[in-house]
Amino acid sequence: MHAGVLLADARALCPELAVALGDPGGDLAFLERLALWARRWGPWAALDPPDGLIVDTTGVAHLFGGEAALLDDAATRLAACGLTVRLGLAPTAGAAWALAHYGPERAILHPQDSLDDLPVAALRLDPATLLVLRRLGLKRIGELSGVARDALARRFRNTRAPAANPLIRLDQLLGRVPEPLLPVMAAELPLVQRRLMEPIRHRSLLDRVLADLCEDMARLLEGRAEGARRLELALWKVDGEVPVRKLELAAASRDAAHIARLFSGKLDDLDAGFGIELARLSAPWTEPLALSQGDFERAAEAHGTSLAACIDRLGARLGAGAVRRPAPVASHVPERAQRWVPPLEPEGAVQSELVFHARPLKLLDRPEPIAVLYASPDGLPRRFRWRGAVHEIARAEGPERIAPEWWRERGTVRLRDYYRIEDGEGRRYWIYRNGIDGDGRGGMPEWFMQGLCA
Amino acid sequence: MTVLTPLSAFARTKPLHSPASLPRWQPGRTTHALHGEVFAPAGEGSGAAMALAMATDAAQAGEERAWLWVQDERSLKLGGRPYRPGLPGPLRDRLIHVAAKSAEDALFALEEGLRCRDLAFVIGEIAANPRSLNFTAARRLSLAVERHGVPLWLVRLDAQSDLSSARQRWQVRAAPSRPPHWNAAAPGAPAWQADLFRARAHPPGKWILRDEGTRLRAEPPHQPSHSVDLVSAAGDRPLAAG
Repeated sequence: MHAGVLLADARALCPELAVALGDPGGDLAFLERLALWARRWGPWAALDPPDGLIVDTTGVAHLFGGEAALLDDAATRLAACGLTVRLGLAPTAGAAWALAHYGPERAILHPQDSLDDLPVAALRLDPATLLVLRRLGLKRIGELSGVARDALARRFRNTRAPAANPLIRLDQLLGRVPEPLLPVMAAELPLVQRRLMEPIRHRSLLDRVLADLCEDMARLLEGRAEGARRLELALWKVDGEVPVRKLELAAASRDAAHIARLFSGKLDDLDAGFGIELARLSAPWTEPLALSQGDFERAAEAHGTSLAACIDRLGARLGAGAVRRPAPVASHVPERAQRWVPPLEPEGAVQSELVFHARPLKLLDRPEPIAVLYASPDGLPRRFRWRGAVHEIARAEGPERIAPEWWRERGTVRLRDYYRIEDGEGRRYWIYRNGIDGDGRGGMPEWFMQGLCA
Repeated sequence: MTVLTPLSAFARTKPLHSPASLPRWQPGRTTHALHGEVFAPAGEGSGAAMALAMATDAAQAGEERAWLWVQDERSLKLGGRPYRPGLPGPLRDRLIHVAAKSAEDALFALEEGLRCRDLAFVIGEIAANPRSLNFTAARRLSLAVERHGVPLWLVRLDAQSDLSSARQRWQVRAAPSRPPHWNAAAPGAPAWQADLFRARAHPPGKWILRDEGTRLRAEPPHQPSHSVDLVSAAGDRPLAAG
């Protein structure tokens, strides 16, 4: 009996066969969830469908007390989930796959070990290639190196797919060619974690754990003379879910109390469920930070916070897009003459602004149409109605003619004549007429209110 | 025999803060950080402009620190966003703007701003009378101002003057400007009719405030019949009809 037999044939051989329906989509979904969960053993995990997972444990094993202990931990945890697993640990993904599928139980590949005794099937080849190798009499990986390499290269010179070319697979196994699964460079992420003896369900305990993590992270970053710009807090729950909270800082920082404070604001909506058993804090984006900073919180009480800390706190509650700074843009069109940038971004070099014309203090997000009364087609109206109130124009300056930017806009956009006006009660506004009569780009020109002057 | 002190000896001859004993408000005299409120109509720029003028009036020369402008969503919709080319020159490149969704968020941002030592002053704009801006919230802001020494000018657009602990409360609307020298038909330098209706250190008063670029000037308010030198418009009637 082998895979691919028809059910009717199988039933004919063994009538008491128990049948279970397959669910490939569900299996894949489960595998994806499991891959997320498996990141508890390393910061990076990938799927190996239909039934495998690859976890990068570079630089992580010491957190579990060694590689063997890591594998033991994985075996226990996965068994507790009701899964039957085979584990392998090796420097390359190919070698780990070979060990997991054809090696001894919980094998760890050390530098002096050899994989020559494994069958060629351990090279992740497709069945047709395996058949060719079997017909050639090559059964073990070691025998491939025995044959002259150029003979094999000649035979498989037309196959570029790794799964059909044993030489590529062999090189991947030995780490001679990079395999896209692996990170190109081993970027070591600052990573701290706390495994909890007892799953925690209460906020006060979580805050304690969070404070500890932040202190560990601060110490780790201090050793590397770096400060964190982005931080990720992942919490492994007993029921298999892994909520992740992300945080970005306006300036590099490694102040534990500050980071803990920002995170605690993001944990309010967390549902602990049956408890949290593992908490991990990582810093995917760091920047060099040589100066040693004091304690934000205590200093804040006495002398006030620094600007960067203030912006962090505002951004953490209101969202990063809410706190911004206007920056000048080289454009004559008023609404385009400024753009909004992050508050601490250094100002780019721009030509100094034109100072001939006065500009309003505030600009409406969208120019509002005003109804003009007693207007000649060109020239200023005597009165206009805006938001239900009639304004009598007492004084005016203009027009200031601003042409559309033809390199940016369509040809039908009309020019604008701007007037700075003051009404009978002294209210000062900035209004414009969109187009002039007879410019061939629409009907009668319309009037708009765009700015409120001081 | 005990001589009884007459009860009238304990009575105060003068109330504790008699308006007469307090100095009148004058521009350029405020030196300490202050929590001020400016009530203004939403359909004009006078509220924010006056708050800015008051804040720069109290600031020292050569101030380099950033300043914060917090707006809630409603005030942003009613009065627009700050426009960098229209800001006073020295303030242009130091603005940090916060667009808060609700009045609660705006109050949070104001308080965080007041606690920041790297800010020169904080301007807030909140429309109408939200429930969260009650006396307690105002008191929190006043305490933060006094504790950290960052001035706060809170602009209240289209709002009723409810209970508040602000140290100065102004009612402001635009006033006709003086015609500039070079073009008498153009609008001139900003002017506002300002009514100081409640203040801790000054008696109430009314002024016409004019922003003269570098400093603020206060004038006594207009007389009701101000058109002494101008003939009023004839309107749509024959002059003989009176």
